[in-house]
Order: sequence, then structure tokens, then C-alpha cells
Amino acid sequence: MNGRRVAVTGLGMVSPIGHTVAETWQNILAGKSGAAPIEAFDVSAYSTQFSASVRDFDISPYIAAKDARKMDTFVQYGMAAGIQALEDSGYEVNDANASRIGCAIGSGIGGIGQIEKNTTIVNTSGPRRISPFFVPGSIINMISGNLSVRFNMQGPNLAVVTACTTGTHNIGLGARLIAQGDADAMLVGGAEMATTPVGLGGFAAARALSTRNDDPAAASRPWDKDRDGFVLGDGAGVIMLEEYESAKARGANIYAELTGFGMSGDAYHMTLPPEDGRGAAASMANAIRDAGVPLDKINYINAHGTSTPAGDVAESRAVEAVLGNAAGQVAVSSTKSMIGHLLGAAGAVEAIFSVLAIRDQVCPPTINLDNPDEGANLNYVPHTAQEREIHSVLSNSFGFGGTNGSLLFSKAN
Amino acid sequence: MSSIEERVKKIVAEQLGVKEDEVQTEASFVEDLGADSLDTVELVMALEEEFETEIPDEEAEKITTVKLAIDYINENLA
Repeated sequence: MNGRRVAVTGLGMVSPIGHTVAETWQNILAGKSGAAPIEAFDVSAYSTQFSASVRDFDISPYIAAKDARKMDTFVQYGMAAGIQALEDSGYEVNDANASRIGCAIGSGIGGIGQIEKNTTIVNTSGPRRISPFFVPGSIINMISGNLSVRFNMQGPNLAVVTACTTGTHNIGLGARLIAQGDADAMLVGGAEMATTPVGLGGFAAARALSTRNDDPAAASRPWDKDRDGFVLGDGAGVIMLEEYESAKARGANIYAELTGFGMSGDAYHMTLPPEDGRGAAASMANAIRDAGVPLDKINYINAHGTSTPAGDVAESRAVEAVLGNAAGQVAVSSTKSMIGHLLGAAGAVEAIFSVLAIRDQVCPPTINLDNPDEGANLNYVPHTAQEREIHSVLSNSFGFGGTNGSLLFSKAN
Repeated sequence: MSSIEERVKKIVAEQLGVKEDEVQTEASFVEDLGADSLDTVELVMALEEEFETEIPDEEAEKITTVKLAIDYINENLA
């Protein structure tokens, strides 16, 4: 990356299979699925009746009940992950550094639950009954906003919104702000909670979701012949990024270095990727060029791999095109096989898995990959995690609108 | 049936996230109970709902303490 180096010093997460990074990672390596029937509302009329939702989460250790009530659930997840990441980093915000730390945490959809609730209110009781907290509780930049107020973070305060690439773009652009000197530290990531009556219905209407209602845990099966769409997931991931030398100087625990970031646009279709995956390839190639890491040092790719018929194979082709001969040695897996697709949070939680893969020298598995589809020629780490030497990891995200992003993390030295 | 005073204090406690015994009759929502301007808007909405009434905005703005809320309800619902 041009400019100053960027270190990963803190991680935070709320996911369908854990309310912390440690709990989620343990379940990821064990190949546990977070998909289960939806009980939060009546799904009997829906073609898809399950999700990978966060279950039994208690926000009270993070936010007072009075304040949590004013936030959509996606904001609550994002706040919890952000607080975890900041605490994990051990970074102390003080008067001297407050203007040098910022936030870039987005969401793909935002507060759709609050939008639905207040739409019902306006239709049944009239406009006077709309909550004064409806707008500040549901707009997408409110995780960044609330974290900045709580911790006195006066640096850049953003929330990039790019559908399912949201998390990745916030991390990459946050890293750029550090590299270029706009900030010395950034809390970056994404959050989502779109498993609502309209959210679920919308993705179902777009024919994007798996309808394997009789076996939710087997529904997300990237690259498998019988895949039939993605599984809607909820949660949040936040990463603390710091300028490398200052992180080192304060004795921070450096998980990894963020060495490269790449982006591209498909310029093809609103919801489908081009078959050859050229947009995905350009995004990866840009990240690799940005990092200047040799191809054979990229030992693991946390794929976008949503379990949709078109996307998975296109991404595989893109990996082969970009890595060439090195594609033979790389491990490529989709953690969405376990946690589903967290939309705007996906890139953030997957970046965290990528960082942990480097720390623990292990590739998380792709569960449910029983029969690889035609054109799926790589090592997808089927069923069980694989220990291996990992120098660098690519993490990919691709979103509706043809928006692509790739992050490259490398072992800190 | 609880008195109007009890019902008002209960709602104030719920809305502002404070204990009921902290809700003194003379307490100011903003200065004593930590409310901000949006909290007070929502509090008035909750009172409207509880007492099945509509409080005009110009009247709502004047309700800044527990006592003023109790007085308003007493005067307008009696």
C-alpha cells in the first residue's frame, strides 16, 4: 500500500455462531452452521423460512437499555463489535490523539426493522406517533456516530455503503486514510440485521436465497452442485486499524498487516456477475499489486462464495485467472457455508477470519461441499479446517450493483 | 387503579431508563433525569398513549418536569 503501513490491532464480532470473536472462530474451525428456522416473525408465507441470525444476544454489557432502545438492531450489533475491537486493541483515546482516530463502519441495508415498524405506525396511528429516534436509530452512519460520541473519537467519521462489499470497502478505505495521513487509527467494518419481514421477502423475491427449508444447516453450500442460493445472515464485524509504526511503538498486539486493497466495478448487471468473473479478477489483481506480495505467498483466500449458482464459479475462474500457476497451491474457502451471508457485515467478519487464519496458520473449512460443481477446480477446504503455512490472505467481497473489493492481509514482521 | 402521579412516574422511569424512586415530583427531565430533547419528545408521546390524549406541541414544550406533566394530565383529563 502506498504511504504509511497499516496494522490490525483489534478485532470485534457478533455473529450467528458466537457473540465474540473467540467464540465465533472456535465454531468456524469446528465447521458449525448458524442457520436455523426463523422464529422472530411468521414465515409461513415465505419461500425461505430460515436464516443465520444472531441468537440470544444481550446488548446490556455494551449499552444501557435506555440507549439501546433507540438503536436499530444492526446499530446494536455494530456497537458491540466496535467496543470489543477497541478494547481488544488496548488503545486509549485521550485529548492528544482524539482527533487522529476515526470510524468507518457501514451497513448494506441499514435500519430496515425500524423502517418497517414506523411504516406500520404511520399507517395505523398517523405521523404523530413516529418515534423521534426513528431517523437517528436507523440511518447507516449511526454506528460510527455513536462510537465517536462514546469514545471521543474526533477523526474522520464515515460509513461507506456498497451492498455486500460494504465491510470490505470500509476496511480498505479506512486503511487508506491511515496510509495517507488523514488518521492514525480507525475502527472499520460493517453491521447488518435485515432478517425482517420485508428484508427476507425482498431477497426471496430477487430469487437470491436458498429455499432448503427442510435442512437449513445444509443450505449454504458454496461450489457444491446442489447449491441454490445464499442464506441471509445477521451480525457485525469491526477491526481496529493503526498506523504500523505507532502501533509497534506503543507495544500493541499486531495480528497482521493490511498490505493491499483493491476495488473494481463489473459494469455488467445489477445482480449478476459476468461469467468469467472479470470484475472479481480485477479487484483481486488490484489488491495484489497494491501489496506487492508475490503470488505464491498468497496461501489462502476467504472467498465471497455466497452459494449462488452464478457467483461461486465466476469467482473460481477469477482466482485461476489472477493466480495462474499459483492457483494450484492456494486454499480457497467460504465461511458463508457456516454463517450465511451477512451482507454489509460479510466483508468485515470475513476479514477477521482472514486475519485469524494468519495468526493460527489454519484455513477455515467450506462445509456442505459434498460434490464440487463443474468448473470448481480449486482446493476449497471441504468440510474440515486445514493447517498450513500462511503468509498472506485475500478476502473478497462482491455486491449488487457490480461493486467489488479485495483486502490482502500479511503476516506481521 | 394507580393514581395519575404514579402512572406518570412509571412512564418517566421507563422512558428515561431511571429507577422509579429516583423520579421525584419536582425533578426536571433534562437537568435531573438525564434526558435530551428527543427523549422529552418521546416521553410526551408515551404520556399521550398512556392517557389516550393528544398534547399539542406548544403545550408539550412546556412540560419539562414530572410535576408539570402530572399537572397537565390532571387539568386536561379531569
